[in-house]
Amino acid sequence: MSLSVRREPSGVVVVAVDGQLIVGNRQELKQKILDALEAGDRKFLIDFTHTGYIDSSGLGVLVSLSKKIRDQGGDLRLSGLNEDLKTLFELTKLDTLFAISDSPEDALTAF
Amino acid sequence: MRAALSADVRACERAAEGLEAELRLTVPSDVTVVEEAVELVARHLEAAFVDRRTIRFNLRVALAEALANAILYGNAGDETKRVGVRVLFGRHTVQVEVSDEGGGFDYRLLPDPTLPFARMQPRGRGLYLIRQLVDEVRFNDTGNSICMILRRD
Repeated sequence: MSLSVRREPSGVVVVAVDGQLIVGNRQELKQKILDALEAGDRKFLIDFTHTGYIDSSGLGVLVSLSKKIRDQGGDLRLSGLNEDLKTLFELTKLDTLFAISDSPEDALTAF
Repeated sequence: MRAALSADVRACERAAEGLEAELRLTVPSDVTVVEEAVELVARHLEAAFVDRRTIRFNLRVALAEALANAILYGNAGDETKRVGVRVLFGRHTVQVEVSDEGGGFDYRLLPDPTLPFARMQPRGRGLYLIRQLVDEVRFNDTGNSICMILRRD
């Protein structure tokens, strides 16, 4: 898994996940976002366009980040879920917890 | 496969029918190897099994969960302990057994992670996901060996 991070002119921090978000690498994503939150960023988009699957540890990190960001008055959105990932979010009912957009472009307009 | 694992009472004590091929691997108690182990198994199964999505999605996520549970909770990250994976497969059925060297757990005591208060919790979805993604789940009595079975026509 690799992560690419960019900051949009609007101030949204976009983290694109390339590869699986699972138990062996979830802390990398968590730390990147927490560092940005610590530095003052408040709007975050995590894009999964290039992600095959996420395990429960990865889902757990997203839940934990969502809470931390919300506690700081911020906003976390997700985008680019393939059919498998959508199924995972539906099975765990996490689709009710996150703002999910089809594409990163759609998500950016929603902030 | 270490003796401690092969001597344990296994979850998949009776093989289902139509399982012509077998794949075994021993995985160290290190979560960074989970992805590689899952890919290795999935690659072998994708060509042999009737439905690719079942392997690409259901099997990969269920196996990743079972390995993570075995490493983090079963073996408690103890690097002297190993996780055994035994896969029996045919065109229509895959049976995956994941065994650790821990003392086991009570698999009947897990709350539903989709209840509203549980949804905000970062943990507790692993076994729930396994149950949702595979057709049959069995444990040995100790609770340190899980058998996951997937069937497609």
